Amino acid sequence: MKPWNNKAWLFVLPVLVLVAFSAIIPLMTVVNYSVQDSFGNNEFYWVGLEWFQEVLASERFHNSLMRNLLFSGIILLIEIPLGIAVALAMPRRGWGVSVCLVLMALPLLIPWNVVGTIWQVFARVDIGLLGHTLAAMGVDYNYTQDTLDAWITLIVMDVWHWTSLVVLLCYSGLVSIPDAYYQAARIDGASRWAVFRYIQLPKMRRVLVIAVLLRFMDSFMIYTEPFVVTGGGPGNATTFLSIDLVQMAIGQFDLGPAAAMSLVYFLIILVISWVFYTVMTQQDNESVTDGRAGGGQ
Amino acid sequence: MDLSWMAWTTPTAIFFAVIGSLIALMCVWEAVSPGGQPRKGILQFETTRGDRLFVSLLGSAFINLAWLAWAGPPLWGALGVCVLFAVLVFLFV
Repeated sequence: MKPWNNKAWLFVLPVLVLVAFSAIIPLMTVVNYSVQDSFGNNEFYWVGLEWFQEVLASERFHNSLMRNLLFSGIILLIEIPLGIAVALAMPRRGWGVSVCLVLMALPLLIPWNVVGTIWQVFARVDIGLLGHTLAAMGVDYNYTQDTLDAWITLIVMDVWHWTSLVVLLCYSGLVSIPDAYYQAARIDGASRWAVFRYIQLPKMRRVLVIAVLLRFMDSFMIYTEPFVVTGGGPGNATTFLSIDLVQMAIGQFDLGPAAAMSLVYFLIILVISWVFYTVMTQQDNESVTDGRAGGGQ
Repeated sequence: MDLSWMAWTTPTAIFFAVIGSLIALMCVWEAVSPGGQPRKGILQFETTRGDRLFVSLLGSAFINLAWLAWAGPPLWGALGVCVLFAVLVFLFV
């Protein structure tokens, strides 16, 4: 087999320079902070790996991490199937397409802090439409005092805000499927499920990789919405890693421990995203290989 | 140019210099002996040389963190495990 020509990567150099200024240099600075202590005035004292040891042994960090993993897991379990279902139900032709696309895009256009504020008011028992209605129906709901209510509020808010993204990505995958596939399925007498399982789902795989990655990374790094809605409470029930990190770095001005924690946080996101990406693109490659093998027979 | 805001230390500078050198070395290797086509190793997924370097570095980060959590500093033992891990990744993954 002829080796790949990787010289085209040289064209990526300008982007790398840009990324260096926007991401790599700040990351280097965080690494430098993580092995030092600072008392302000740009004075630093070498402490070695002390902050990393402190973070790794910290129950506060473990709890925040578990909350983050649980939140991201629930978000993916809801948003991905729901997004696929909505995309399948959306019209492919006619005026309904534009209406659905605009409606789907609307939540994505709202800034994070505004979404948080909307839901903070919406879910309030005294003045909020949702909270007041639930109270009127006799449901004991109060997201400021009950852990489960706070979690449900945050999950519903995130689903409301971000399922549209999954829908739009899946829809783009669905509309790119040529009609010939559906015609062949009709001739074969394929059921609705068979069409979904063997035509639509494989064709959506690429966009689903992007959707899962984006939603995982976003939900794992969520900060603004829970900060505005619950402030991390009640108690620490919704204190995710990002909220904990900001409290540590800006609230307590513990730059060293915060830097160490953010690096561990970064590595966890990196490894989980990489596993997702590898597993899903691998399946994609295998289906392409199988398709070629099948076509050749 | 004043870089004091970046709070550089000699160990962190060495750390980044090593990673930069590894990437540069990979570029030279690729230019001298192209051969970056994917291959399937024991983990049953396709990897190029760059992927294998990424897996080695990412794995090394977690090896160091695990060592630090369970055994504490110094990390020389962890460094040895990382080198062994990288060799195994380049040979078998």
